[in-house]
Amino acid sequence: MINVQNLKKTYGSFTAVDDISFEVKKGEIVGFLGPNGAGKTTTMKILTCFMGATGGSASIAGFDVEKNSFEVRSKVGYLPESAPLYSEMNVIGFLKFIAEIRNIQGDKFNTRLEEVSAVCGLKSVMNRPIAQLSKGYRQRVGLAQAIFHNPDVLILDEPTSGLDPNQIIEIRELIRKLGQEKTVILSTHILPEVEAVCSRVIIINEGRIVGAGTLEQLSANSHETVVAKIRGNEGAIREKLKAMPGVKEVLLRGAANELSTYEIQPDSGQKLNEAVFKVVADNGWSLAELRSEGASLENVFTKLTRSAQ
Amino acid sequence: MKRFNAIFKKEFFGYFNSPIAYVYLFVYIGLTNWLFFKTFFLGGQASMRSYFGILPILFLFFVPAVTMRLWAEERKSGTIEMLFTLPVKIIEVVMGKFLAAFAFLSVSLFLSLSVPISVAIAGDPEWGPILGGYLGVFLMGGAYLAIGMFVSNLTENQIIAFILGVVITFGFYILGSPIVTFSLPNFIVPAVSYLGLGNHYESIGRGVIDSRDIAYYLSMMGVFLFLNIYSIENRKWR
Repeated sequence: MINVQNLKKTYGSFTAVDDISFEVKKGEIVGFLGPNGAGKTTTMKILTCFMGATGGSASIAGFDVEKNSFEVRSKVGYLPESAPLYSEMNVIGFLKFIAEIRNIQGDKFNTRLEEVSAVCGLKSVMNRPIAQLSKGYRQRVGLAQAIFHNPDVLILDEPTSGLDPNQIIEIRELIRKLGQEKTVILSTHILPEVEAVCSRVIIINEGRIVGAGTLEQLSANSHETVVAKIRGNEGAIREKLKAMPGVKEVLLRGAANELSTYEIQPDSGQKLNEAVFKVVADNGWSLAELRSEGASLENVFTKLTRSAQ
Repeated sequence: MKRFNAIFKKEFFGYFNSPIAYVYLFVYIGLTNWLFFKTFFLGGQASMRSYFGILPILFLFFVPAVTMRLWAEERKSGTIEMLFTLPVKIIEVVMGKFLAAFAFLSVSLFLSLSVPISVAIAGDPEWGPILGGYLGVFLMGGAYLAIGMFVSNLTENQIIAFILGVVITFGFYILGSPIVTFSLPNFIVPAVSYLGLGNHYESIGRGVIDSRDIAYYLSMMGVFLFLNIYSIENRKWR
């Protein structure tokens, strides 16, 4: 549905997007993840034909964003960052304007208005000026505008930024609902968002893709560590733990009295919990706590975006 | 056409959504009427000459006030991104905005019809110069609007757009006047004075409708609207 090939964008000597290629299939919800200034917004602006690329190409539903920009813009629904809206208009007037431009009129407009306002929860604010709306409602009006023509492709730039926790949950729910029949790209720097909504993730840093795949695939690359709280002689314990097969590093996290917390990092994907327990039992120490720390997306993200620097 | 209509309607009614429009109309009508009637009864002539005489100067300030928001506001609030990621053609947006501003200017001229009406009541004016004067006003207003709108696209600050608009239209206005032509070498004087916004207006105002004057104004509008379209397109594919 969306095909990006060697996309590049430079501003003077600054490279915002550096040779990015990816593909999004129909029906996927893809999270575009990266720290601020990584090039997410620039990529989205190119995909929605607001900006031209310096090099490479991108197409949506088979239409090139540069050569067939009009067709692309007809097919795509776009929510720009921080949802810029004509604040002097009221909600219904604004949606009517969007519908007129997209040539949705008469009965079709009325049915769509009914559907969209129900989906986005806008019924109670229809006649209010946009300027008076809260950030959450503005964001919903932005979404309503993006989905009004029932597009196959939705591009959402930080759809939940600046919202309160309840609003964030609502908007995520909405995106998930929309994603059942549409192809969605959303950008964010909030990790739980991706875990909550997306089926696939593209991690981007300093204009380059540094990781891509499903959540499971990405997590698989980062290993689980074992955290153990053991009572006993610190030096001896560390030595014995370190000597275990498959252990890369043993770190001391903290100590109180005789009770110390160790972090045991494996050198591959193997699970060490049982082995650790066995070592503790064999040596007659007492074990206060034993747990594995999952390879969360957060770990992956930090690792990928830090190592690139 | 539907998209043009949508843009036109949004822009035209957009003027009336903000209090600035009413302030503008109030000041415009008050000022034109006051300046006109101040001397009208003293002159003892049933003509609108003095009215048409002050409009080019008033327009230097009033027209940039109409056009300053057209692009600057879109750029400042970021709505320009929303607008140009909709399936619209740039020319539809530019013409929609331009004609909406033109319509708004026409509203202010319509609301100051008090001037010709009282002239007609007070005496028996010659209608030729009055109709010619209105034609000239619309043509000149259109040229001012095209310049002002183009300038609005250069900045995201409405105040700067206003000031630049005043300065540039003023520059074009005085181009043909003796103050400028006096200091120029003789051979380029005709070309420069042809470019001046003021000269053409004066001849139309005398009731002399010359196709060259009309062509001049239409091409001024054409050039600046084209520049406007071009600069937007250029921004997009930079």
